[in-house]
Amino acid sequence: MYRIVSAIFLAENIKKFEIEAPRIAKKRKAGQFVMLRIDPKGERFPLTIADSDPEKGTITIIAQGAGKSTRELNRKEAGDSISDIVGPLGTPSHIENFGTAVSIGGGVGTAIAYPTAAALKQAGNYVITINGARTRDLVILEEEMKAVSDEAYITTDDGSYGFNGFVTQKLQELIDSGRKIDFVLAIGPIPMMRAVAEVTRPHKIRTMVSLNPIMIDGTGMCGGCRVTVDDQIKFACVDGPEFDAHLVDFKNLSDRNRIYLHEEKQSDEAFAHKCRLSQQA
Amino acid sequence: MPSFALGGQACHENTFHCKTAIIMDARHITTKERLAIPRQEMPAQDPNVRKGNFEEVHLGLTPELAQMEALRCIQCKDPVCIEGCPVNIKIDQFIKLIAEGNFIGAVRKIKEDNVLPAICGRVCPQEDQCEKVCVIGKKRQPVAIGNLERFVGDYERLSGQRIDPEMAPPTGKKVAVIGSGPAGLSCANDLARFGHKVVVFEALHELGGVLMYGIPEFRLPKAIVRDELDGLRRMGIEFRTNVVVGRTITIDELMEEEDFDAVFIGVGAGLPWFMGIPGENLVGVLSANEFLTRVNLMKAYDFPSSDTPVFECKGKNVAVFGGGNTAMDAVRTAKRLGAEHAYIVYRRSEAEMPAREEEIHHAQKEGIEFMLLTIPLEFIGDEKALLTGVKCQKMELGEPDDSGRRKPVPVEGSEFVLPIDMAVISIGNGSNPLIKQTTPDIEFSKKDTIVVDINTMQTSKEFVYAGGDIVTGGATVILAMGAGRTAAAAINEKLAGTAQQFNEW
Repeated sequence: MYRIVSAIFLAENIKKFEIEAPRIAKKRKAGQFVMLRIDPKGERFPLTIADSDPEKGTITIIAQGAGKSTRELNRKEAGDSISDIVGPLGTPSHIENFGTAVSIGGGVGTAIAYPTAAALKQAGNYVITINGARTRDLVILEEEMKAVSDEAYITTDDGSYGFNGFVTQKLQELIDSGRKIDFVLAIGPIPMMRAVAEVTRPHKIRTMVSLNPIMIDGTGMCGGCRVTVDDQIKFACVDGPEFDAHLVDFKNLSDRNRIYLHEEKQSDEAFAHKCRLSQQA
Repeated sequence: MPSFALGGQACHENTFHCKTAIIMDARHITTKERLAIPRQEMPAQDPNVRKGNFEEVHLGLTPELAQMEALRCIQCKDPVCIEGCPVNIKIDQFIKLIAEGNFIGAVRKIKEDNVLPAICGRVCPQEDQCEKVCVIGKKRQPVAIGNLERFVGDYERLSGQRIDPEMAPPTGKKVAVIGSGPAGLSCANDLARFGHKVVVFEALHELGGVLMYGIPEFRLPKAIVRDELDGLRRMGIEFRTNVVVGRTITIDELMEEEDFDAVFIGVGAGLPWFMGIPGENLVGVLSANEFLTRVNLMKAYDFPSSDTPVFECKGKNVAVFGGGNTAMDAVRTAKRLGAEHAYIVYRRSEAEMPAREEEIHHAQKEGIEFMLLTIPLEFIGDEKALLTGVKCQKMELGEPDDSGRRKPVPVEGSEFVLPIDMAVISIGNGSNPLIKQTTPDIEFSKKDTIVVDINTMQTSKEFVYAGGDIVTGGATVILAMGAGRTAAAAINEKLAGTAQQFNEW
């Protein structure tokens, strides 16, 4: 069992957890993830490690309640436990001093981009962060991102805060203004990552994305997380999760991620029903 | 004295009487009388019933059937069956004890050489090992050694009489075993008996490796695996789940920071191979590892009570590509999940199939449709990228190839489309790259398997040993167990050697 030390909501439906996992805390590097299983009936699902404290023996994860498992996780409080956490998994982000690096986070993707942005800063890059949210209330990690950025931008789709528009528009603006950009990291929903790849492609800016295919074991055994990169089969759990955005077949990824939509909905509804019952009780 | 012509079935009404009668027989029975006993059939679930459930196919021998079968063994002076067993179980001796009705004695005898009889009795390919060389089998059907082994393993569990092996006094040495599959468990068992402290590290949340995630419930009930694991715990072996060696901790760290004196690597096979044909990334094309992991380890057959779903097979057409035991497991699982048509698509003929004959027959009886001498050319999907069919071509057998099997050659103009909703690829596995990436001083082959000394299973790194699929590529449970035992003996010798040097100094 893995004990939750602290649990706080960063925004509606987005919760940050600090969890005791000393071995993982000691080893983890930016870009790596853990597989979690909340209880013995639960599914295994991946979450990126946002931060860790090797001294305290804790890791930080940030979850957005999207499906049944993440919503169940978000009901957990400090003092509760998680059945299983395994990691750190995946190949760490490739970090070097590229020059000017732009870190783009969309929604909860900001939490995934954060550790890599921090590592890029530490490696001596001039770090520009662009973090997008639908609306002001959903903006997360603003202060943390500022702390690791030389320039930090927030974009909101509805213009309620920061730049009015998408992260790609802000990126395009930077490129159009003649800024020399050497590296882009983009993490967020698939359409966003695909759009970023198309913005940087004509300028041949090295661009990495972190992919989120469905995983089952996550340790390099089942092959469920296969993605198509440069027309070859790659496994996100061991070869990734970060890949060259200009070589990723995003359509294939979004098609394959839809396979269990029906079952996910069924789980969601059953869970929502259970929650309503427990509220009534 | 009961007539042998009646077989074991005749005695069911009066167990006690029957047992006594047979014990007397065991002492006086002549070889001729032994040879006259037919091989005792193990009761099984009806195929039409079992194809709709996940319960075990075979029900096990009754004590009477087991004793009757044991009487068929003529107790050869030179029991070649023992040489046919990768872990050299004293087959003649345990069978003799069964014949005498001393079942617990048989448990004790088997456990001298094999920790997991209830598992091996179920999943070993006995027809290619001990039973293949059984002398009786030359003219008649061989003694059902596998069924008897299973009986003994089950007897221990069901009778509640636990036989824990004798242990040597503690040596003060500590060994890490990586992976809790068959190789790791048998290695851990022997090491513990030699008196070493053993800690087993497992990447998944559940112990047992392929016994849990790969082999289905209907072939190996998970309760049996858990029970055998409890036996290992009673011996003082420690288990740590959720540790991926190569990620959570490296082999060097285990040895340098956690003070392990030796390490055994039994991490099993790794990522699945795909065929590399067009359309393989369509929605509905899965690897056998994924399909079986979802169903076995994550209990997807119990969705939505269990959170992990699996492709909805009910009323659908499912094709499994491959001819090994894993392919049989996958296709029979699909049938049990309600598939209307469940096909095996295999490019050679039945004779060349690597799967156990028994598994092929079970599959056939359960209504699995075999499309042999058939090769897939391309998967076909709709506008939503959902799989709708597979374009295949018929093959015919030509000249023998390097493997000695006749090589399949395409028949021109024989292409056809098989409508399917799910495809399961079961053509084998590569190796997990994590140990290679993180332990540069362990030598790997071109196939990414670990190179070992065949006599000791030692790798190129001192005090580090390996066995099972990570060394051989995809093979059997019992071969992995044999490798685990060989390694345990070598580790023990090595550690004893170092202990002696230490004492001298």
